[in-house]
Amino acid sequence: MSGDARETPADDGKFGRFGGQYVPEALMPAVEELTDAYQRYVLDNEDGFIDEFREHLRTFGGRPTPLQRADRSSERYDTEVYLKREDSVHGGAHKLNNALGQVLLAKYMGKERVIAETGAGQHGTATAMAAAHLDMPCEIYMGRTDVNRQRPNVFRMRLDGAEVNPVDVGSGTLKEAINETLRDWATNVEDTHYVIGSVVGPHPFPSMVRDFQAVISEEARSQVQEAADRLPDAVVACAGGGSNTMGSFHHFVGDEDVDLYAVEAGGSGLERHEDEGVAPHSASLSTGDEGVLHGARTKLLQDRHGQILESHSVSAGLDYAGVGPELADLVESGRVTPATVGDDEALEAFHRLSRLEGIIPALETSHAFGFLEREGAELGDLVVVTVSGRGDKDLETVIEETEQRDLDAAPDLEVFER
Amino acid sequence: MTEASAEPAPRVADAFADGPALIPYLTAGDPDLEATEEFVRALARGGADAIELGMPFSEPIAEGPTIQNAIFRALDAGTTPERFLDAVGDLDVDVPLLVMTYYNPIYQYGSEDGPEPYVEAAAEAGLSGVIVPDLPAEESDPLQDACEAHGLDLVFVVAPTTTGDRLDRLMARTSGFAYVQARLGTTGARTDLSEATFESLSRLDGYDVPRAVGFGVSEREHAAAIVEGGADGVVVGSALVEMVAEGVEADENPATVAERLQAAVADLKAGAEEGATRATPESQGN
Ligand SMILES: Cc1ncc(COP(=O)(O)O)c(C=O)c1O
Repeated sequence: MSGDARETPADDGKFGRFGGQYVPEALMPAVEELTDAYQRYVLDNEDGFIDEFREHLRTFGGRPTPLQRADRSSERYDTEVYLKREDSVHGGAHKLNNALGQVLLAKYMGKERVIAETGAGQHGTATAMAAAHLDMPCEIYMGRTDVNRQRPNVFRMRLDGAEVNPVDVGSGTLKEAINETLRDWATNVEDTHYVIGSVVGPHPFPSMVRDFQAVISEEARSQVQEAADRLPDAVVACAGGGSNTMGSFHHFVGDEDVDLYAVEAGGSGLERHEDEGVAPHSASLSTGDEGVLHGARTKLLQDRHGQILESHSVSAGLDYAGVGPELADLVESGRVTPATVGDDEALEAFHRLSRLEGIIPALETSHAFGFLEREGAELGDLVVVTVSGRGDKDLETVIEETEQRDLDAAPDLEVFER
Repeated sequence: MTEASAEPAPRVADAFADGPALIPYLTAGDPDLEATEEFVRALARGGADAIELGMPFSEPIAEGPTIQNAIFRALDAGTTPERFLDAVGDLDVDVPLLVMTYYNPIYQYGSEDGPEPYVEAAAEAGLSGVIVPDLPAEESDPLQDACEAHGLDLVFVVAPTTTGDRLDRLMARTSGFAYVQARLGTTGARTDLSEATFESLSRLDGYDVPRAVGFGVSEREHAAAIVEGGADGVVVGSALVEMVAEGVEADENPATVAERLQAAVADLKAGAEEGATRATPESQGN
């Protein structure tokens, strides 16, 4: 049924050609153990796991989040715009939905320690909060570049008692952080759970993270029917690894008349510089090709030899060369439409939404609103956009990036000048 | 030695034919492929019974810092799969050569997706075996089929966490030898031997497949103890890669580094042989 789209995935975790379990043998027993725990606790609610998860989401996480009609945006775009307010989840992003689920699952599994990678620092922060809340030791890996551009989140993780390990390899972003977290997991696999931050990695992570994030569309679907007595024409969400999109789309996938748009980071341009090993964007759905990275077969930014390219986005949380396998498959089958929004458009959208709605969005989220600005009423009569997170963590970056540009929607920053 | 390259590549199992096998690893292209060719000849002169060559991949998740850095040096030097296979084709050593790499570069090679084109080219270049640390048995059917079709061995890693049915399935699948991972974690030279090594070896006792132990082995005495503990071979990687790194750091001539590699392999090989003698004292007189 469309309203209840949870399906037990195929045992091998394949989504069409995508997915799978491409990890070192040392991790396979842990992946098997996790698959078993996912089935028992998450899918079958053994020992009341799901009930306890929902209770934590409510009392600690602040769920349900509102679905808010955005009055001024609706007027601007001449269509009904509704915002699914994941920025109001505790910690300021949808990331807590997954982090709470996995840290709780780690407890049910008897694990003694959790580790996680983080890009924007939102997943690291969410994991650190959940770990403090549930009393679990926690270590976070974060690329050096991201440590420098998301300082408030680094401090938040430290405040919540997590160790933060900067990763100095390569471009120092999410890809390198995932590599290093996988290495830690391979070393400490017997007592450690890896709380992966998106719908990526080997099966069962893509399915399990989607199920934890599906609360977004479960709520939004009934909220929009209550508010407008109908389903939306379109759901728009930004995609890095794809947990926000999969969460926002999951319960709408069966509603064929609802268009689903995954907005990727167009960075500073959609080209590839294979000689330098760089793609100045993170549009793996729109421009990538099939390959194997971080445990799954999916769409990737890579050169013709299969070396992974360094991606780029002004938003650390979208800055990743891969994407979740289920999302890759939904794009392949035509059910989800990918789109790209570049750094400049995203920054404009950041300022515009702040001014128009009094909501300062995360830079990741701003990409979804850049898409709304471009498409407007073309998207239909009723559009739901997920506000995946709030922008407090990005203020330093936004000030810097705004000073380098001539943005229409930006406020005058002269106040900072001496 | 054109006649040598016209001969079919040796089988990986040949490495275990007389006495314990010493299997050194180097990252190909570190600091460049010409140097690698010189190093490989030195390893063979030193008494290597098989040689593993790392074909660099940008996301080496199974590797510790030493081999990660070697891989990045090799990539910076422009080591592509094509150039790697060309260099292997130029080699005229008569021990089996195995490539160790990750699945994505294998998968991307050639015009069609899938492992077949790479395996075909690898066989043509004279490689005898393939090791892919991020490809568990569950995902390995296409590569295994290709390897069988082209006469290459596909070596699987057996981890300290591999037990029960998994172990049976892996031991049934692996060909050439079983790569026994000595400890959890990543590659990297250690000064001690882990208990897990000997536990793993005893778990693998009943299988009719040669067992070579790697991950952290760096000293002659390690090689001896591992062979004494029942292993059929020893894999040494980071300790040798470290020598290459020191050579790069000091801007040394590759020939100088090659001499040191040859001496190190000879020393490790002697250790493995000592271990074999210690393991079978009474059979000496027979
Ligand atoms: C607010 C926000 N939105 C979106 C993302 C992108 O991740 P995903 O695609 O997994 O939702 C992030 C990642 O850090 C984020 O912090």
